[in-house]
Amino acid sequence: MALKLWASSTANALKISCSGAKTPPLLPFSISRCFSSVLDGLKYTSSHEWVKNEGSVATIGITDHAQGHLGEVVFVELPEAASSVSKGGSFGAVESVKATSDVNSPVAGEVVEVNTKLTETPGLINSSPYEDGWMIKVRPSSPSELDSLMGPKEYTKFCEEEDAHH
Amino acid sequence: MILHRVRDGLPLMNLVSLRAVPILQQLHLEERLLRSSSDNWCIINDGTNRPNIVMGISGRPSELIDLKSVLRDRVPVIRRFSGGGTVIVDDGTIFVTFICNKDAIPGLQPYPHPLMSWTGQLYKDVLHGFGDFHLQENEIFLYYMYASLTVLDTYFTDYAIGSRKFGGNAQSITKNRWVHHTSFLWDYDIKNMEYLKIPSRAPKYRSARPHVEFLCRMTEYVPSRSTFIERTIASLGNHFSVKPIHQDRVIDPSNTLHSSSKLLTRQELEEAYSSLCEKLHIAAISV
Repeated sequence: MALKLWASSTANALKISCSGAKTPPLLPFSISRCFSSVLDGLKYTSSHEWVKNEGSVATIGITDHAQGHLGEVVFVELPEAASSVSKGGSFGAVESVKATSDVNSPVAGEVVEVNTKLTETPGLINSSPYEDGWMIKVRPSSPSELDSLMGPKEYTKFCEEEDAHH
Repeated sequence: MILHRVRDGLPLMNLVSLRAVPILQQLHLEERLLRSSSDNWCIINDGTNRPNIVMGISGRPSELIDLKSVLRDRVPVIRRFSGGGTVIVDDGTIFVTFICNKDAIPGLQPYPHPLMSWTGQLYKDVLHGFGDFHLQENEIFLYYMYASLTVLDTYFTDYAIGSRKFGGNAQSITKNRWVHHTSFLWDYDIKNMEYLKIPSRAPKYRSARPHVEFLCRMTEYVPSRSTFIERTIASLGNHFSVKPIHQDRVIDPSNTLHSSSKLLTRQELEEAYSSLCEKLHIAAISV
């Protein structure tokens, strides 16, 4: 793989942990593959999904780290509303660069809403993985399952270690 | 914790050698092994029993195939569980599939590009000395959240000799395992290629060439099918301890558990054809 970089050493050093600001700062032209953002206020899995606890509903998607490694998402397969998901079980898939990749639910529960915009605009997962690219909303059957997930700092370290080992 | 089997310091890989097994049956086997086995597998199917069109998971028949001729000639159309493009396969196709645990190969990340790089290197070793084999670069734009501009990156995705493709590959990745499968054009019938449209999403190096100018036959470069197959198995032996398994231990046509690959029905194809004709304001001819 050939990667064209500009100010790559600076970009490599940057690891942003944001508070979910809607207008993030602009960044240099070209960014190293190592750069990915992790948001405060979310929980994370070792298979690179995020979950936002909104009380009775949990919103789920894949992380910036995941979408960066997967490449351009061209198709998203999502479950039907009212279907069940299990903790760690696959609920759908994304297609990128000739590969389908399972997406797994961080919690067990019932799907209450799916992001239908992803049918026409699957690239939202790349451009806005934590906001417009959300995938499903679930009513958790055991909210305490969220407690066992990684926080932002832990997930950032997990990604660094995963990338360092490869 | 799952303990994976190791022999002579290398992870075990079960090898299943098939001949002319129907491609839908092969895909069902692959998906079942991906989702319900914890072993590593290599499946080699030397040809398939009849011509079939095989689309990727997101394939739309109206965009990818010539529906009128496919309906007229009753060519089976399958939507497989992995990503990627559309191929037409027959007894001139050699299929090679790897199904592995994510930690089977040290240092290999279970994402599309690293997997394609690893398999590409394996086939480079297999085909060393037979033509100018290389992985064809495709330019793909990526972008990261918060970036104001895109990052240009190149990835190696197609198997080519010169600028002609001879193998199409695709992948499916789960939490702990992955599949990489390839259909190699040992030989092909030009007439069959006419069932396929030139895809709208095509790599730059294709340069809008029709199939006959874009593809090549391995038979023109490699002495025999068995040479290719034997060298593939030998190359695998550098990474795995390969153990042949008789197909009777794995083939089970009645077991469709975990099988999302589907044969499209004639009704589905006819509806796609009618919709396309409506969209183009042309009369649908009964086929």
